[in-house]
This record gives sequence, C-alpha cells and structure tokens, in this order.
Amino acid sequence: MGLDMGGTHVDAVIIDRGNIVDIAKTPADRSDLFGSIWATLDNLLSGKKVSRIERINLSTTVSTNAIIEGKTAPVGMIIESGPGMDPSFMSCGSENIFITGYVDHRGREIKPFDPVEIQEAASRFKQQDIKTCAVVAKFSTRNPLHEINIQKMLKDEFCPITMGHTLSGKLNFPRRVFTSYLNCAVYHVFKAFCDSIRKAMQKENIHVPVNVLKADGGTISLDVGQQYPVNTILSGPAASLMGACAFNAGDKDAVFLDIGGTTTDISFVADGVPLFEPLGINIGPYNTLVRAIYSVSIGLGGDSAIHIENGELKIGPQREGFPMALGGQVPTPSDAMIVLGLLDFGNKDRAILAMKLLGEKLGMDARAASEVVYEKMADIIKQKVDSLIKDINSRPVYTVKELLYGKRLKPEYVSIIGGPARAMAPVLEKKFNLPCRVPENYEAANAVGAALAKTTAEITLLADTASGVLSVPEIGLYKRIDRNFTLDMARQKALELLKQRASILGAEGSETESEITEESSFNMVRGFYTSGKNIRIKAQVKPGLLYELRGVNYA
Amino acid sequence: MLRAKNRLGLVFFPAFDWAISPTHPEREERLLYTQDQVFEEGIADIEGIKFFNPGMATEKDVQRVHFCVPDVMSRVTESHLISAGGAIKAAEALMEKEVDKAFAIVRPPGHHAQRVVFGDRGFCIINIEAVMLENIRQRFGHRRIAIVDTDCHHGDGTQDIYWNDRDTLYISFHQDGRTLYPGTGFLDEFGGPAAIGYNINVPLPPETGEEGFLYVLDNLVMPILEEYKPDLVVNSAGQDNHYTDPITNMNFTAHGYAKLNHRLNPDIAVLEGGYSIEGALPYVNLGIILAMAGLDYSHVREPDYDPTKLKQSPRITEYIKELCEKIYERWCRKEGIARETLKGKEYVLRPRNVYYDTDGIMEEQTQKFKVCPNCSGLNTIHSRSDWGYEIFAVSIPRDACPACIDEGYKIYKETPEGKYFKTFLQDRVNDTYMSK
Repeated sequence: MGLDMGGTHVDAVIIDRGNIVDIAKTPADRSDLFGSIWATLDNLLSGKKVSRIERINLSTTVSTNAIIEGKTAPVGMIIESGPGMDPSFMSCGSENIFITGYVDHRGREIKPFDPVEIQEAASRFKQQDIKTCAVVAKFSTRNPLHEINIQKMLKDEFCPITMGHTLSGKLNFPRRVFTSYLNCAVYHVFKAFCDSIRKAMQKENIHVPVNVLKADGGTISLDVGQQYPVNTILSGPAASLMGACAFNAGDKDAVFLDIGGTTTDISFVADGVPLFEPLGINIGPYNTLVRAIYSVSIGLGGDSAIHIENGELKIGPQREGFPMALGGQVPTPSDAMIVLGLLDFGNKDRAILAMKLLGEKLGMDARAASEVVYEKMADIIKQKVDSLIKDINSRPVYTVKELLYGKRLKPEYVSIIGGPARAMAPVLEKKFNLPCRVPENYEAANAVGAALAKTTAEITLLADTASGVLSVPEIGLYKRIDRNFTLDMARQKALELLKQRASILGAEGSETESEITEESSFNMVRGFYTSGKNIRIKAQVKPGLLYELRGVNYA
Repeated sequence: MLRAKNRLGLVFFPAFDWAISPTHPEREERLLYTQDQVFEEGIADIEGIKFFNPGMATEKDVQRVHFCVPDVMSRVTESHLISAGGAIKAAEALMEKEVDKAFAIVRPPGHHAQRVVFGDRGFCIINIEAVMLENIRQRFGHRRIAIVDTDCHHGDGTQDIYWNDRDTLYISFHQDGRTLYPGTGFLDEFGGPAAIGYNINVPLPPETGEEGFLYVLDNLVMPILEEYKPDLVVNSAGQDNHYTDPITNMNFTAHGYAKLNHRLNPDIAVLEGGYSIEGALPYVNLGIILAMAGLDYSHVREPDYDPTKLKQSPRITEYIKELCEKIYERWCRKEGIARETLKGKEYVLRPRNVYYDTDGIMEEQTQKFKVCPNCSGLNTIHSRSDWGYEIFAVSIPRDACPACIDEGYKIYKETPEGKYFKTFLQDRVNDTYMSK
C-alpha cells in the first residue's frame, strides 16, 4: 500500500505485484494530517483483507510543513568550525555556540575541544529552555570522535542530540550544520506523527512494516525515520517521479514533466534511473545534505495568469485565481486549451471570452490567441528543459576521463503527468521532437511511486592506510586498518557495510541491489616514499522500484 | 546564505587520473586535499561563486605561443591541453562578463615552458598562462596585460615568451636563482630590445616571510602597476613560497597569500607550482578563493601555524628594502637604459643554454631580435638539443610592421627544407603557423 499526502489531497493505492488493485483519494485537512491519512486508508481498506497487506509506504508532508510554517522546536547548536571561513553565517539555532578544537581533512585531531565550553553551552541551552541540540564539527565525516564525545557529555540532558556525521558522508560543513539543525527542529513534530501511526496500526490490528518516503525516492523504516526525520522533507516530488518511473520502465534518458495548475516540475532520468541533486536538497533558506531527486519547479501551469506586457505575451509565474472558464478574472492556458478543444471543463463560453479579450490586445481572434498561448507555453517549458540539460551536462568533473568521455544526458522521450498533460502532449512532442508519453492513471502517480519505492541507502568509505584509519561516517564507523588494505578490500567492505546499513533502514534481503558509484585510490607520497594509500569509495543501494507496473500504462 | 562581493569563476580541475609518475610531486594526489577543503567549506554554495569545467586548448592555441619539437601533438598529453584549456575557460568567463574574477586551479602548471619546447621543464610543457592570454587576445582584442608571478621559482618560461613584448609586463618574485631551480631571474634580465624594462625580477633571499612579500608588493609591484596601467592583471599563483613546501626555503603563509592576492587584486589567477599538498595547498587555495570573492579570509590558518617561528629576520627585511629601491630605480630609468643598450644596434642576440630537468635534455639556443623603429621587430630562434635535433624558427610579432612581416616570410621560404630537422613560421599578425 502506498500513500502520498499532498497539499490538497491524500492519495492511496494498493498494488499487488505490479497491478494496481484500488485507488482512493480524499481531501487533505492540514490541521489534522494524521486524520486525513487514516481516513484515506480506511476508505481504501474497507472490504479488503487487511492481513494480505505486506507493507505500507507513506510519503508525508509533516516535516516539510513544520519547516515552512515555522512550527519547529528551538534547537541549541554546538559548532566546531576550525580554521577556514568565518563561520558566523552558520548560526541557525536558537542558541549557537562556536567551540574551539579541530580535526583536519585527513581526520587528524589538531586540537581537542574544551569540555568547559561544552558545559557552558549546556547551561546556556537550559536557561533558554532548549531541549534538543545538534553537534557539528568540521571534517567530522573524516573523524567523528569530537561529535561522539560531546554527545556523550550531553546525552542525559538533551533529546535528541543530532551528530552531523550521521546524516551524510559528503563533505560540506555548512550544509552539515543546517541539516543537523533541521533534523532537531522537526524531530518532535515527526515523532508525534509516528506515534499516532503506530497507535492506529495497533488499533486496526495491522502488523506490517511501515516505511516513510525520503526525498531521494527511497524509503526508510518508520523507526529510523523518526531518528532522522530531515530525510523525509520534500518527499512529494520524489514520490511523483518514482510513480512516473513506474509507468515508464526502461533504461533510457528522459525528461519527466509534472504540469500542474500553478507550476511545472522538471526532473530527469539517466539510463532509467532518476537524477539526484548533486549535494542535497534546499528548503527555505537552508542548503542541506539530504539526498534528493533533482527537481526544478517553474511558475508555469494550466492556471497561470496571462498578461500582455509591452505588446508581449507573458504566462506566469503567478497564479491569480481560477481560469476564467471556472469563474476567474484572468485568462489562463487552461482557457486557451478549452477553446482549442484539448481540455473539457468549466464554462466554454467564458474561456472563449478570455481568449477574445486577450486576442484583442494581440490583434487576433480568440482561436488564434489560444494557439499562440498554447505554443508559447510549450516554448517556455522547452527552453527551460534545454537550459537545465546544459547545466547538468556541464556539472564539474575531476578527471580527464570524465571530462573527455563522461556520460552526457540526452533524453529520448518525455513523460508528462498532471492535469494538462494530455492536452500539452501534442505540442510538446512537436517542440521537443521526441515521443511524449502520458501515462494512464497518472492522477495516482504519487501514491504509486510511494507504494513501489525501495529502501535506499548510501555509504561513504574512506581508508587512509598512512594513518591506518577506516571511516564510514553514515554508520559512525571509525576504526584501525593495517597498511596492506587495498582498493579491492575496500570495495568488498563497502558493499558488506551497505547491506547491513540497508537492512537496518528497513530493506528486505532481496531488494538490496548494491553498487559502487565512485571509487578512487591515491598514492600518498611523503618525501620520496609512498607512505600509504588514500582510498575513497561510495556505494549505494541501486535506486529503483520494487516492481514494474504490468501492462501498457501510457496512452 | 553567503554571498560573494565579486562574482568569481572557479575552474577547479584536479586531474585525478593524471601524473608525471606515481611518486612525482606533480601526481594525482596533488589537489586532493584542496578539493576536500573546498568541498567541506561549501564554497560551491556561496552565491556568486560559479564552477566551470575546463575546455581543451587546441593545437593552434599552443602554436601561437610555442615551437614544439617535433610538433604540438607529440609533445603534449590531453592533460596539458586541458590545463591550458582550463586557464582559457577562466579568462573567457571573465571576458564574457559572466564573472568579475576567475581562478583556474588546474594542473599541470606551465610557467617554466619557454617558446621552444623539446620536453618537460620543471613539470611544465606548455605555458598555460601564455596560451590563455594569446587565445583571449586573439578573440577579444589586444590588451595591455601585467603578469605577476608569485611562484617561488622564477617563471623563466613566461619571461622568455614575453621577453620582447612591452604590452605584457612580467613581474616575478621568487627565491634567488643562486639557491633554487631554474637558476635564473636576476635583476639584469630586463627584457628584449623592444621591451627593455618590461621584464622585472625580484630575487628574494631564502626565508623571506609574510612581511617581505607584502613589502615587495606594496612598495614595488603596486607602484609599477599604477604607472603601467594594465587592462588586465594576471597572477601566476604558485604556492610554493609556503613555509611547509618541501622543495623551497621560504616562510610565506596561507594568510599572507590571501592578503597578497587581496591587495594585488588580479582579474585572473592561475595555479602554478606548490607541492606542500597537505600543509599548504588546501589553506592557500582557500585563502585565495576567499580573497578573490571579496570574502573574509582572516580565519584561514594552517594547522601548525606559529607566527613567532615565521618571523622574518631584520637582516632580510633590510636586504629586501634595498633590493626594491634598486629595482624601482631601474624601472624608472628604463628608457635611458634602452637608449644606451640599443645605440647603433640593428640586431640583439640572446644566446643561452636551457636545461630540461624533467626530461634531461640540454638545449643550446640563440634568439635574434631585429631592432625595428616601427614594431617589436622580427625575431628568429636557432636551437639545437643534445639529442641531436636542430631547429630554426621565425617569429613575426603581434604588432609587426609590413616590412617585418615580409622579411619573416622571405626568411622562412628561403630556408631550404631539410637544412634543419624542422623550420617554423609563427605569424602572429595573421594568426598563421606553419612548419617544414
């Protein structure tokens, strides 16, 4: 069972080995998200054998809303910034304590932290009635001991204490600070949500794994999600893309468009696998290390306001109410598509009036004006997609081989979902000169995406044989290795640890197809001798779907 | 979010799959820790800082600057073309006003590569700054350019390439050539007949510290730049003056490099040498990036930084002060020196030996500059390597007068094929290059 909580609706779907069994949709009550979810599930499950359910995957906006609406808890930040940039811009908590001490890029402790400073921080937090805190140190992914030792000092007084190194193995100190802050800030809201789910499940006598969807289109178990709720932010677009992927199985490069009323979301798949944000997703003013599907939203949809400015047609980026066909005051692309007979809703005469008014300013009749709007909308989308592909293909690379022979994204088809999808397909097909697919049942794409999402996990392994240390920050591993550790051993170790990690996160044995995504091994030369090797590996559970949808699912 | 005061373009290309040899200073690992530091500081998230991939320099880009023996493509690797292409990309982003400043953190470096190239000198095969500058001059028009070379080694390659070009002022500060490779870069290396005074060397004593470098900058380099009024200032940002560098003897710091860059305020910086890959490069590069972006670099410090240990001795301070006075006085007198030197001369000869340390080749070379009242003057090079190759090159300068152009073609045509291993013609006016 998959469930997606959107801004306006809660959608749920039951899938049986790739076949959609049933779909339910209810309006969302933002003041009672949990109630809306439960009502939708109730609706979907009525008359079905609950015992046949194997798992429930939820995509929820609980964390996202808490951040966007500012309903977060106060957080105390302990930041060990070491030398480098002026760290003052990283103040994001209610209290921000910058401490001395530092670890360098190879994980060597250059200066220990001062316990007195930690005690002072704790008492400052308590004075402010702050109950949660985050501990983040520069290069803690290379050596987490400062974070771990500070956490040990504080663990009886604060809950939770988020340690920066547990959130991502990627290097980016400011993002580590912001991600840790957000994780603490939404912790209690998300925990309350998890508790309600557990209670309700017990009441309904459902005893199956419950997973939550992450921004990378994968899932984690409810329990792990509760510890790291920051990973569940902005999982809606991820669910939508995973759904679209389910309708478009294959291994090609493609553009995925979700054309809504207000916005169009653009994503890509490369060799059939969704493209990720290079570092992590942004939410509000914060850059994070939350692994996320790449998705760019532009202010252009069926209900975008159309204006003429200096004799030029301008669509969006704002929405100013409904299309005129539905009683709005401003012409919209939906009105144009109604006039052209591509959409059928509302009052067609009002739509014609809208295009007539627009046409007068452009010196043409209603139909011609509709054509112009329709074409222009496709042009805007095409231009944006082209510029995004250009950006993606010029992302920095660091080796001669990648620069000369690296993968370049070259879409072979366009998949479109959303209200105006079918209406827009013909003109987009013409503009892109690529086949445009509009999946059937796309209204439920988000829920389908949630239902079919697999557990994802990623680890970053660094072996420094000169220092004799192996570290894997995501699991807090920091241990000694001998000088003979090789790239081959590192690969095996990474895959083995990844498997363990994935199963902790909620994966079942059969679904973890692991792969090495990056690997390098550098000779470390000091003086005239090779002093060791610096081995770096990234491994992930291959992102993807539990099942492919059966049958032809696009029209 | 942090916002840069200056829009800064970074071409960061560590070439993780290329090395001169596995344990060579110029190896895969060289920019690894710089990358760690740049990533960990979140430089890419700063608004106004933009990363670019390098392009690839073409054969013609190289021919505009060098005479490669036997030819460009058998001398260079892809990495060399990418490194020069990275510098070009940085300059291009600046020229197209996409950024206010640009820094090419690329490898391998280039400032020991001279006009004639038989092989690798000081880890350099092609001069990436010169290839960059001549590419943008060709595309964006002629410009008056100053190159300030802050590498610890004398940039003898850049000096050679711009020896006779008064539109390219070359200033190098470096550890005294009596104590360090390549053994050149003294006060009397002052420029060719058309550019006497436009090649300035500042040989500094070993153990010069932050104080000395900044003194040279403030009291010599900046006043000269003010008088020269360049359209563009390029910093050959070698980072081996650092106190931890394994192959030099200076006492400069990351903070000092950032300060120097901040005060010099270059439009483009290009990474040159610097082989303290752990103790210096991550901090120096970060310092320069922050300085160029107009951000606070006061928190940039090396792990083992100790200002008392790095304090410059008063003896050195005094020496540098006198040195600067002497050099500045020569700069002021350059017109007079030119008149004396060129009196009654039709040609100026520049014979010398050039050693290719990385490849172990010795070259014997004579450059012949025509003293022309209308242009920089036609110039030829006769050169022989101890591996037996003898070449002859004719170079028509960028500002050549019609008579010098004609003479250049005439000499090239009249040199019989087979007389030399190779004869080259470099016609900078028409951007045409040939060899036989």
